[in-house]
Order: sequence, then C-alpha cells, then structure tokens
Amino acid sequence: MSSETTPSSKPVKSTGLHIGEAEPGCRKVDPILVADGVKRTFGGLTAVDVAHVEVPRGAITALIGPNGAGKTTFFNLLTGFDKPDAGTWQFDGRSLAHVPAYRVARMGLIRTFQLTKSLGLLSVLDNMKLGAKGQSGENLFRSLFPFMWRAQEQEIEAKAVELLTRFKLDAKKDDYAASLSGGQRKLLEMARALMSDPTLVMLDEPMAGVNPALTQSLLDHILDLKAQGMTVLFVEHDMHMVRHIADWVVVMAEGRIVAEGDPHTVMQDQAVIDAYLGAHHDTDLGAAQTSNVEALKELIDDEQ
Amino acid sequence: MAEAGSTGGGTEEYEYFFLGNVKYDDKPLKGVEITVEGGGFEASMKTDAEGKWRIGVPEKGEYKISLDEETLPKGVVVAEGKSTITAEFGLTKLKAVNFFLGEGQRTSSDLGAQLLVRVVNGLNFGLLLALAAIGLSLIFGTTGLSNFAHAEMVTFGALMVLSFGVDLAMPLWLAIGIALVLSAALGWGLDAAIWKPLRRRGVGLIPLMIVSIGLSLAIRYTYQFFYGGATRQLPGATLPADIRLGPISLSWVDIASMVTSVVVLLAVAYFLLRTRIGKATRAVSDNASLAAASGIDVDRVIRIVWVLGALLAGLSGILWAYFRPGVSWDMGFQILLLIFAAVTLGGLGTAFGALVGSLIVGLFVEISTLWLPSDMKYVGALIVLILVLLFRPQGILGRRERIG
Amino acid sequence: MIDWIAIFSNAAQELISPTTAAYALAALGLAIHFGYTGLLNFGQAGFMALGAYGYAISVLQFGWPVWAGILLGIGAAIVFALILGIPTLRLRADYLAIVTIAAAEILRLMFTTNTFEAVTGSANGLNGFRGFLSALNPIPAGTYGFGPFQYNEYDWFIRIIAWAVVALGVLFVWLIMRSPWGRVIKGIREDEDAVRSLGKNVYSYKMQSLILGGVLGALAGWLFILPRAVVPANYQTSLTFFIYAILLLGGAATVLGPVIGSMIFWVLLSFFSGFIARAVEAGWFPFMTQVQAGQLRFILVGVAIMLIVIFRPQGILGNKKELAFVK
Repeated sequence: MSSETTPSSKPVKSTGLHIGEAEPGCRKVDPILVADGVKRTFGGLTAVDVAHVEVPRGAITALIGPNGAGKTTFFNLLTGFDKPDAGTWQFDGRSLAHVPAYRVARMGLIRTFQLTKSLGLLSVLDNMKLGAKGQSGENLFRSLFPFMWRAQEQEIEAKAVELLTRFKLDAKKDDYAASLSGGQRKLLEMARALMSDPTLVMLDEPMAGVNPALTQSLLDHILDLKAQGMTVLFVEHDMHMVRHIADWVVVMAEGRIVAEGDPHTVMQDQAVIDAYLGAHHDTDLGAAQTSNVEALKELIDDEQ
Repeated sequence: MAEAGSTGGGTEEYEYFFLGNVKYDDKPLKGVEITVEGGGFEASMKTDAEGKWRIGVPEKGEYKISLDEETLPKGVVVAEGKSTITAEFGLTKLKAVNFFLGEGQRTSSDLGAQLLVRVVNGLNFGLLLALAAIGLSLIFGTTGLSNFAHAEMVTFGALMVLSFGVDLAMPLWLAIGIALVLSAALGWGLDAAIWKPLRRRGVGLIPLMIVSIGLSLAIRYTYQFFYGGATRQLPGATLPADIRLGPISLSWVDIASMVTSVVVLLAVAYFLLRTRIGKATRAVSDNASLAAASGIDVDRVIRIVWVLGALLAGLSGILWAYFRPGVSWDMGFQILLLIFAAVTLGGLGTAFGALVGSLIVGLFVEISTLWLPSDMKYVGALIVLILVLLFRPQGILGRRERIG
Repeated sequence: MIDWIAIFSNAAQELISPTTAAYALAALGLAIHFGYTGLLNFGQAGFMALGAYGYAISVLQFGWPVWAGILLGIGAAIVFALILGIPTLRLRADYLAIVTIAAAEILRLMFTTNTFEAVTGSANGLNGFRGFLSALNPIPAGTYGFGPFQYNEYDWFIRIIAWAVVALGVLFVWLIMRSPWGRVIKGIREDEDAVRSLGKNVYSYKMQSLILGGVLGALAGWLFILPRAVVPANYQTSLTFFIYAILLLGGAATVLGPVIGSMIFWVLLSFFSGFIARAVEAGWFPFMTQVQAGQLRFILVGVAIMLIVIFRPQGILGNKKELAFVK
C-alpha cells in the first residue's frame, strides 16, 4: 500500500493534548478513555500488558505497532469483546470493567472490526438501520404492532439514506451487503457506526485491504468524524499511513505501550524503530491460536 | 411415525411374558422391584398387593430377571439361589420365575461391594465408549464435523460380526477381523464418497452436521431393513460370569473386552504422540491452515482419521454388543448421546479429553443405578453433561480459547 | 391390483390432518430458532413433549380446564428454554445443539420411567383427555365433508383448531420478522459480534428467540395429541430430525416454508408408504416384506435431508441469496 496516500485536504492537527513529557502513559489534558494495568494472557503468552494509557478527547489517535503487538486484543478488551486477566479502564469517567460489549456500545463507544462485519445477507439499508440506537420496534411486543415503530423507522431511514449519500453508497442501498466490494464494506461499517451518534469511534485497521483510491476517501471520512466533534481511535500497522491524519500516536509492541507522542516525533523514536525492525512480519494463519501448535512444533523438530 | 424407533414402549403390548409371585411365609410382599434385562431390553416393575408381577418382553430369548433385595422387608433375603435368575421361554409364551425368600443377612446389599461391582462395570462401559468417542473427537478436531452418523459406524462393527460369525458361521476371531477391516473400509468410503466432496464444495459446518443426521437416519433404517428389528446374540455373549474376584463376578468376555480396550487405547495414544502421522493429525486438529502451510497433506490426514475413527467405532460396537448384550439395528444410536456427552465433557476435539469424558460417563451411568431406577440411568449422565457445560464449558481437558 | 384411489385419498387427507398442522407449527418454531436466529435447537421434540404432557396432566390429573392445560404446556416450554439457554447461549453454536438434544432425551426418559407412573402413565402414556375438548365443540354431531375429506364433528373441530393455531403462528412470525426486532435477529444469525458492537443485547435476543420457538413447539405438541394419546416413545430424537427435514424442505428462513414443507412431507410420505405397502401386497417387490416396506420411508427421509442440504439448501420457498446457512 502506498505510503504517499494523503487526504485530499490539509488536515488541521490538534496540539497541546498532553501534560508533561510525551512518554508512554503520559497524562492528557482531557482524556476520554483511560486504561490502567490492563493485562491479558493466552496460555503462557502475554498478549496485552498496558500499564497506563489515556486517549485524548476530540482528537484522532492512532494505535500503531507491528503485527502481533496486541493492538486488536487491546481493542477487544476495551470494548468488552474480551475479558482481561486484570486491570481497570474508564470511558468518560465511567468504569468499563465487566461491562458487556453491547452496553459499551450504548454508552457511545462504537467500534469496527479488522475483518469487516457488514452483514452480507441484509440489505445495505438494513445494515444501516441496525446501527440506530433506542429503536422501540426492537422490543418483541412492540414489534408486533407496526404503528408503534413506523414513525421512528422512517426517521431512521432518512438518517441512513443521508449517511449513505455521504459515503457514496446510496445507489446500493437495496442491494445485499454481500455484493459490495471490500472497500465499500469498510465504508458501510463506518457509516453504520455513525448511525448511533457515538462519542468515540474505534476503527480496527480501517485501511487494511482497501485500494489506494478508497483509502483516500476513508482518511477523509476519518477527518470528517473529528470535524463533527467525535473522538477517533484507530489501529493501523503501517505507521506512514497515520502520519497525515493522526494528532496523537500510541505505539504498541509485544503487548506494551513503547512510545507516545505526535506523529513526527514518534517516528524518530528509537524504541519505535526497534519495535518495527525487531518484529517479524509473518502473516496471520487461521485463527489466533498461536499458543496452540505444540504438535506442529514436535513434527518440525523430528525433521531436523 | 416415530413409533418404529421405539425401544422402551409399554410392556403390555408384547407377546411374551415373565411372571411370578413374591411371597414370604405365605404372605404376599408388595412393592418388591423386579427387573427383566436382556437383548438390550430392560423393564422393571413393583409387585402388586398380591405380590404378583408380570413383565412383557419383545421377543423369545434369554433374559436375566433380578429381584432388588433392597425392596424386601428387613431381614428377608433371597434364600436359595441368587437374586438374579437367568430364564428362557419354553414352548409357551409365559414363563414363571419365582424367587425363594428366607430369613438372613443380605450379603450383596453391602454398599461398598455394590459400588465396587458398579465401578468395574462402569470402567468396562467407559472404555468401550472411549473407543467410539476418540474417533468422534478426532473427526471433530480435524474437520469440525459433529458426526451424528458415528452411531451407525458403531452398529456396523457388531452387525458385521453377526453376519460373518453367526450367519456365515465363520470362527469368531475371523469374523471380528473381517468386521474390523470392513469398518475401516466404511470410514474410508464415507470420506471418499461424501465428506471429501462436500469439503471441496465448501459446505459449512452446520449443513455438514445436518447431512450427517440424514445419513445417520438413512443408514440406521437400512440396517433395520436388512437385519430386522430383533436383537440377536453374538457367540459367547451369554457366557456365565464365573470368574469371582471378591464381590465381583465377571465372564471371560468382560475381561477380554476390558483388556482389548486398554491395549487399543494405548496404541492410539502411541499413534498420536509418537508417530509422524499421529503428530500431523494433532497439528491439523490444532490449526489446520497452519498445518497445511507447513506442508502437511491435510486431506490425507483427514482420510486417515476417518479410517481410524471408523475402525475404533466398529470395535466399540463389537464390545458394546457383548456388554449389552445383543446386536440390534439401533444399538449405536442408543449410546450416541453418551458418546457426545463424553466428547463434550472431555473438551470438544481433544482425544485424551474424550477418554477421560468416556470413563466419567461410563462410571456415572453405572454407579447412578445404585440410587436411580435403572430406566433413568442415562438421565444422570446427561444432567452432568449440562452441569459441566454450565461451569466449565471448555470441558475437563479443553482449552479455554476454543470456545471463543 | 393396486387400489390407487385409496392411496391418493389417504395422501390427500394428510393435507389438512392435525398431524401435518402440528409438524408445520413445530417447524415454524424451529424456523425462528434455526432459520432466522441461527440457533441449533435439536430438542424440539422436548418442547413438543412439554406441550403434550403439560396439557394431558393438567386436564387429567389436576382437573384443570382446557385453557389452563395449554397455558401450563406453554409455561413449561418457557422454563425449559430458560434452563437450556442460560448456560449455552453464550457459547458456540454446537453446544446448544448437544445440550438441547440431551435435555429432550432427559425429558423423554423422565416421562418414560416407572418412577412417576402415577402422573405420567410411564411407557403407556396418558389417554382419555379427548372429552375435555370435545365438550367445547360447537359443531353438531354427524359426518360432514366431501371427497376424501369425510370426518365426524370432533375430527373437523380439531382440524379447524389446528389450522387456526398454525395460521396465527404464521401471522405472528411474519409480523415479528419484518419488524426491527426481526432485523436484529437476522443480524445475529450472520454475525453476532457485529450486532453486539451496535449496542444490541444479543444474549437477550437469542433467549427471546429460543423461548418463542419453544412455545410454538409446545403448542405443536398440543395439536399433535388432539387426535391421539400421549406416548413418550413419540418424542424421540428422530421426531426433531423429521421436523428439521420439513423445515429444510420448505425453506428454513421463510414463514410459509414450514407449512408447505409439512404438507409436502406428509402427503409424499403417505403416498409413498401407501404405494409401497400395496405394491408389496400385490407382489411387485417379491424381495420385500410388509415390515421392510414400512422402513423404506425412513431411509427416504434420511436421503432427502442429505440431498436438500447439499443441492437446495434454501429449500423450496427460500431465496438463494438469503441462504439459510451461515458460516
């Protein structure tokens, strides 16, 4: 993927986000998300071990790091899709420990997934409508009486169509989501996340597997979220990709936060360069069961 | 329409009856429990106010009739002979079975001794379940398929011994040998004809499972079509239990069955832990795409797993035919749920978990008969299954990550 | 000579038989579970048993009115669904399959055992509850009908009840599945994490689905015993498998599929059994006995399940794009 991809307009960077030195775990002026001592192990392997991190409000923060650094696992922990062995974390001052994923989402923290989870067997419009919060027709008893939810449904539909138009998907609204291209699915997933008017949007590798033309438009959309007052936290493993849009960069390696700072400073940081050079860029194979291949190891040992 | 698959219908509808009178000192005893067991059939009832009982059985044959001494009044035991009588029908459709009661201390009612008997039976049952469960577990581990037709692979082994050993009157060792070879061939054939093409088509796991349900139904009733609904016995299945070890009496078949199971299970363990192809099997089970990327021929491994799984299932079926005792068209289906319970208890997809799960299920089913009525002995095992899933969903030996 | 008229008329009668209606309603419940939500419930036979026994025990042993008996069956199904769902709905799909199949067997064994004979009638089941319903029959005594459909007042009464319940069930499922509730349910079928990330309580929705489908199963169990006795041997695992066959035949994620599926299933099965039985009688298949002819249809059902799943997974009414199967 080209590292020269830039958003079409020159983004306005937010500055003065932190207090004191820009070091791993530094304090922020106005943090929206704070994590303390979050730790997760798989078998004997420590996937995430974050001592302290704060995500600044109203800015775009990039979480970068080589493959296997634990970014996605950390994401899953923050959003309630996985449970840590230890740790506390708060969103907008409210603790998220032991809060189930759906409740996290209702609090205004919406996430997307690395492998897009657009629902291929629903239409694009239905995908969007599913994203809206507080639908009375989603209650079983009210669902039986269309007059109780029809008005709200029309409002939701209008909002969905508006968002789809912004994401240039309105022409596809009645198609099954399965018929969209990979990049369009990423757009749909982002648009769907916006249906609930979130305060913090967490995007897991929004640019992965998307062609350069669409990458541009995705970057624009991310900037747009900030312009509308939302906070963005996104995962990316290509650090050049984030340079142009991120206001703040958090670097993870081997489960820990190794550096933090504004994009330009961070890229010169020795710890970051080490983390990237030291990491092996092997591709992910199958499910994340890396701790689970003893038999294969034995077999390979036999042959040597 | 489901009536045709019935195994435990009301006993009054049957043609053949055992009956008797339980009396002590010429006074009828009410509420004494009598159980008739044989050919995979089991029924029990309590004597009425006149001390009478009458139990229908589905076919002419040899049955064990036992009187539960626990239900006799205090100080009364079966005086002459044992509390279990083996009986057969003569020329009539009725057969009277009487127990002779007297005063005395019960010898076999000692709980410790009973427990010991149940433990040995439970181990025997658990070991034969393990043979089937390991195959099911290996297939699940390597292909993700919950194979409902495994029950029919179990039945197949026993039916083949019946065909060659009884119908064609071959020597038993030869019949068993042929049955095992044919079982392995069945596994090969099923994978080649059905499962491999479906994997190629990329059919999902849930549709595959439903295909296996259809296959199970089709094969099961094909067995019934050709072998009929009756229960038949393999040679030596009714040998007397004349080897006594303390309170336990076993027949040679029981001992041979247990020894065979242990030896075969050890061989399977050796295969999985020490041989190249066994390690490859575990590697595919752990992570199929990683194994494929490392140069393991996944299709070949799966084929071997099917052959091995079918072979073990066939052997398990033969041992099950001796344990019940009896061969019938749905004998495998009767224990399918217990096999699934064993595999789930141990942890889905782990071969050694399946062994542990089987032993637990086997022991539990047998030991629970000390307290539960015998027609509810599977209930306990199934409730344990649900409880284990509640508190330790990954199973006893399973890894937590697998359920995610 | 083969009596074709008898074969056809028997087959035609299956179109409106209460049994067909019962299977259609049970399959409709399963459509909620499996077709729309993606829940692998293999214990539909258990829900049906609860509906049947709940009714029979209430009216016979407790002396309750008919409506209370039906409600008891429904209540039992709700409790059963909660017991099954609480431990398993958080786990992978196949755990629900194993637990439901085991729980349905537990129920059947509990209904069969001699221990509770006084209440359940053990293996012989319960009979003699027909009078309670026929007392409510407004149709005057007599035989009515045309062509092959000649029935007395009770048989018409139960047919009307059965198909009215099925029609209400179809309407109900149609309404909820086109609502936002149905949208969430279909989303869960495909990817529950995606739905969870949008703030929906997936666990609660799955539980609602399990309960709804189970209640339809219990009502189906009640319809099933209107023309016959309650016998535990009827509620074996194979019953669930037959309902799956019907569901797959009609189309798993459709509202009318289960109904059409059930009609086709029973008409074809009746026709086939009738034909084979008479053909054997007439000596057309000298290698087959009457008993074997009866078993042939089970083999046929098994093969049909396999072929539908492999070659037409969306069933007769399903949409190829909106396949019933995900993953």
